[in-house]
Order: sequence, then structure tokens, then C-alpha cells
Amino acid sequence: MFYREAGDFKTSYRDDNQTFPIRLDRAGYWVAIAVAFGIVPFFVNDYWVNAIFAPFFIYAIAALGLNILTGYAGQVSLGTGGFMAVGAYAVYKLMVAFPEINIIFHVLMAGGITAVVGVLFGLPSLRIKGFYLAVATLASQFFLIWLFNKVPWFYNYSASGQINAPERSVFGIIVTGPNTEAWAKYLICLVFLVGVAWMARNLTRGMTGRKWMGIRDMDIAAEIIGVNPLMAKMTAFAVSSFFVGVAGALFFAVYLGAAEAGESFGISKSFLILFMIIIGGLGSIFGSFAGAAFMVLMPVFLKNVLVGGMGWPTDLAAHFEFMIVGGLIVFFLIVEPHGLAQLWRLTKEKLRLWPFPH
Amino acid sequence: MSEQLLFAAEVTLNGLMAGVLYALVALGFVLIFKASGIFNYAQGVMALFAALTLVGIQQGQVPFSHLINAIFGTNIHHFPWQVPSIIAIILAAGVMVGFAWLVERYILKHLVGQPDIILFMATIGLAYFMEGFGDIMWGSEIKTLDVGLPSGLNETIDTVTYNWFGYGFFIDNLDIVAAVIAALLVAALTIFSQYSKQGRALRAVADDHSAALSVGISLRFIWVLVWSIAGFVALVAGIMWGAKSGVQFSLSLIALKALPVLMLGGFTSIPGAIIGGLIIGVGEQLFEFAIGPLIGGATQNWFAYVLALVFLIFRPQGLFGEKIIERV
Repeated sequence: MFYREAGDFKTSYRDDNQTFPIRLDRAGYWVAIAVAFGIVPFFVNDYWVNAIFAPFFIYAIAALGLNILTGYAGQVSLGTGGFMAVGAYAVYKLMVAFPEINIIFHVLMAGGITAVVGVLFGLPSLRIKGFYLAVATLASQFFLIWLFNKVPWFYNYSASGQINAPERSVFGIIVTGPNTEAWAKYLICLVFLVGVAWMARNLTRGMTGRKWMGIRDMDIAAEIIGVNPLMAKMTAFAVSSFFVGVAGALFFAVYLGAAEAGESFGISKSFLILFMIIIGGLGSIFGSFAGAAFMVLMPVFLKNVLVGGMGWPTDLAAHFEFMIVGGLIVFFLIVEPHGLAQLWRLTKEKLRLWPFPH
Repeated sequence: MSEQLLFAAEVTLNGLMAGVLYALVALGFVLIFKASGIFNYAQGVMALFAALTLVGIQQGQVPFSHLINAIFGTNIHHFPWQVPSIIAIILAAGVMVGFAWLVERYILKHLVGQPDIILFMATIGLAYFMEGFGDIMWGSEIKTLDVGLPSGLNETIDTVTYNWFGYGFFIDNLDIVAAVIAALLVAALTIFSQYSKQGRALRAVADDHSAALSVGISLRFIWVLVWSIAGFVALVAGIMWGAKSGVQFSLSLIALKALPVLMLGGFTSIPGAIIGGLIIGVGEQLFEFAIGPLIGGATQNWFAYVLALVFLIFRPQGLFGEKIIERV
């Protein structure tokens, strides 16, 4: 009844091209932003931030990154964990080397460094396609993790081989290190998430995004109509790795505080983020959010129900979680290959007609 | 011959033996890929699951005992019997056939005609499911697998080489058995696919799905068949790896190594899987031996992948793969 464009007249091209053409969508978006920035920070405590909000925001950034590469440009990557590790170690080296520079710039620079590494490992994608590329990206995953474990320069020769985030602040508010307030963690992740999502949205609906999608749908055909495959694939790798690097940097500096390459950024992380975009929906910004939220909330939920509610041992619950994740992925691929985003789209289509059937 | 050279030769031989095991896992991938065009990521977890099932049956474990104990508060673990190895192997093979049927019935049937990448991701989901399922069914602790295969240093080779070169080669009996079994398995598969009716049907499906359908070959039966064979190959690989390093989660990670093997050999070629396995096995051992100490060691973690990556840049279809022809 409310969710329709009837009566919402567009009088300029600008109006016609806006991100949310339907009034209710637009309002919902602004309300969500206002609640996230204006209300939630006053109520969050450590548990909510550490268990739900911080991982959700950070994984959403990584999922956006992978979705650009896999969902929009069609290049399957199993090296996300490795690229997150690049972001984490880059931000660590920068934080230690230039303590006087604001951490925001460090995170962005870490993203930039990851983008360069991503382009390097993306170069073979010009020759290698499909499964072959998916397996080839495993090379980056294993090689990068090995590199960070074996070369002491990366972890500043610390005895444990771990990296620890020193205390840094933005405008006098501590955002990294053990003394960070919950709301500060929440806000810095949220700021990055909103920025990244805004970038992703506008990149994907413009010319760059259309080129990516052309390459995804059929690269030879795209090349014939004038898309430069080198540029399209390399920009996809660069932008995607930038996002993933930012996610890795935040994951280490803000969320974990201390990290070890193999443990925090192993192959399971790559799969986790791949699952997020499959369940959420390939080639959809909303899907990246939905998938990240789903994969963060489900373990928390299962743990509360199985361990807290039914008194199962934790390891059994963990195995059960594996089964459910695997089963859900197969289920989604069979029933709705386009993920939660497609369900949302269908709901919206239905809503536009409701309550009148025609 | 100098000491170094002899040592390198020993490393090469051991690499060959490790390569045989990679090739065994890779073989399962190739079979399924040829018959159904599905890149079955779950092959490694199938090996793990098969080995877990084998150990479980052999030692008379109660399936799902942890789950049952957690729900009903009972405390059961084992049946009061032990099953002889050979019967346990047959039963485990039966379980893998049943598994193949379930996969066809509940997953593949519904995904016919989807893009390859969707099928690939479905098998990743399947791998996760089986990992959790196997752990819930049989427990997640490390198990020792003993089906009576010989293991330990092979005395004969040690003595003979000592007499020849003045340096005894250390080669594990288990590796030799694995090599022999792998050779037998490949021979059996070749004979099966060349001379039996089902084998010919299988090759027909691999060649052209729709043409095979039109002459009356049941695609679904072939899929169940090929997944069963892959399950059996996984069981053999699981026994070998399990006897070598215990049945545990890392088994499925070793199976990841089969992926570069495949890329090197080509996804569609059985000889490619064998030769790719040998190249990777020898390559990573020699690289670790020659260059590893200079750059910090543990290069086996990534060498196979990087080798395959570099190789693919020059030959995107692998050594023996069919030439990739793209039509617009």
C-alpha cells in the first residue's frame, strides 16, 4: 500500500537515476543510518559489539569486496583470507612505523597496499578462467600466510610471532588497543562500512560496474563490444582487494587487537566470506550485508540454543554448526541460487501490489 | 656418487611415493569431472569420511553416540564387538555407495543445468556438511587406522642400496603398498571403462551428455555409479593417508593438494592426474630440500599451488587436458 512509486513523480534525470527510486526505500535507508549512528552507540555494551556488531560490520566490508570480484566480475576467489592478512599486516607495520599519522589513513593505505597485491595475484586471471582460477587463488592464500609466518620483518621480530595493535586514537577517542570503549569500536567500523558500501553501490551501477558484469556474463562477447578485459579484471581485483584489505585491517586493529596469520586469516576465513556472498546473493550489495549478518548471527544463535538452551557440549554444537552451514548452502543453491537478496527482491515485488491483487 | 646426490635421490623417491597418494585423491576428482562436469570439492572430505566410517565400523563404535548421549543423557560408546578389516572395508564401501545415491537424489538431481560454478559451490557446501556430519557420527578425536598394511622401513631396499652406494635409502613399506594399490586401481578402472557395458556408458556420458541420453543411457544411474566409484577411490585414499598419519581433520586439507595436481595434469585426464601427482610430489620435496632451508622452510604449504599457477599461465588447460575452446 505504501511501497510503490505511484504518486512519486520524478521531474529530473537526477531523480530518475537515484539509488532508491521508491520513497519508502529512501526513508528506510535514512532511518537505518540515523538509528545506526544516533541511537545504537548509546546502548551497545562490550558483548553486543564484540559478538555481533564489530564482526558483522567487518565481514560485511569483506563480503562487499568479494562480491565485487565474484558476484559482479565473475572471478571466483578463494584467497580472501590471504588478502585480509595483507591488510592486517600492512596496517600493523604502518601503525608502528608512523605513530603520528591518523589511523584512518593507515587503514586506507593498508587497503591500497592490499589492492596492489591483489592486482599482482589477479594477473593470471587473464589467462586462467573458472575453476582453474579458483584453485589458482588458493596459491595466494597459502603463499601469503606462509610469508607472514616465516619472514620476521612482518611481525617486527616479536617472540610469539603475533602482531599486537598499539593504542591509537581518532580525534582524541581511543579506537584500537585494549582500552577501547565499545561504542568507539562500533562507530569506527560503521563509518568504514558506510563509506565502503556507498563506494561499492556507486561503482557497480556506473560504467565500471557494467563492464564487470559484461566480463562476468561472457568475457569474449564483452571484449568484442569494446570492454577492455585487462582493465575490467584488474580494476575488479584492485577494488575488491582494497575492500578486503580494509576489512582485514579493521579485523586486526579494531576487533581482534592481536593476530597470528595462520589462525586468524586461514583458508576457513576465505570460505566463510565466500559463503556469506552465496547465501546473501551474488552480485548484490544488499546480499553482502544479509549474508554477513546471517553468518555472524547464526553461530551466536546456535550456541545460545544448543549449548545454553539444551546443554549440549560445545564441540558437538560446533560440528552441528558445520552441518547446518553446509546444508543451508546446498539448500540455497537448489531453492534460490540468488540468495537472500533475491528473496528480498521478491518480497518487494509482492509488496508493490499488496493489498490489491492487480 | 656424492652424499648430497644420493640424498636428493632418496628425497625424489619419497616425493614420488607422496605423489602417488596425491594422485589417488586427484583420481576421484577426475572421474566425477569427466562424467558429470562437476568439480567435486568434497572429494577430500569424502576420503576423510570414508576413513572415519571404516575405523568406526572396525572398532564397533556406536554412530552418533555423542549426540545420543547429549540428548538422552546416556553413556554409550562402543558395541561389544570388533569387525574384521576386510568386512569393515566392504561395509564402508557400501556406505559410500549409499552416500553417492543420496547425493544424486537430493542434490545433483535438483541442480541439473545450473552453471558449473553453482555446482562447484554446492560441493563446497556438501564438504562442510559432511565434515560436521562425520564428526557428529564418529567423534572428532584423532583415530588410528590399522587394516593390517605393512609399514615402517623397508629392510630390503635399505640393505640393497647400502651395498650398492654405501648409503641406505629410507623408504616406507606403506608407500610401496600405496603405489602398488594405486597402480592396480588405475588398471582396474581402465579395464572397467574400456570393456564393461557400464564403463562404455560412462565414457559415452563423459563425451556428450545429450547424445548419451538419446541412445538410452540413464544419466542418473551413471551419476550414482561414478559417485560410488569416486567414493570407493576416496576410501582407498582415506585408508592410505589414514594409515600414514592417523584419521583426522587435516586429511581433508591434504586433499586440497589434489587441486594443484589436477590443474597441472588437466581436469579431464586420468593419466594427467597420476603424472601431475608425481610431479607435485617430487617437486615439493625437492624444492623443500634444495631451496627450503634458504627461505625458512615449510614451503610444502604453498609450492604446489604456485607451481600450478605458474604452469597454467603458459598452458591454461594443464598437461593433458582437453583444449579449452570458447564459443560466443
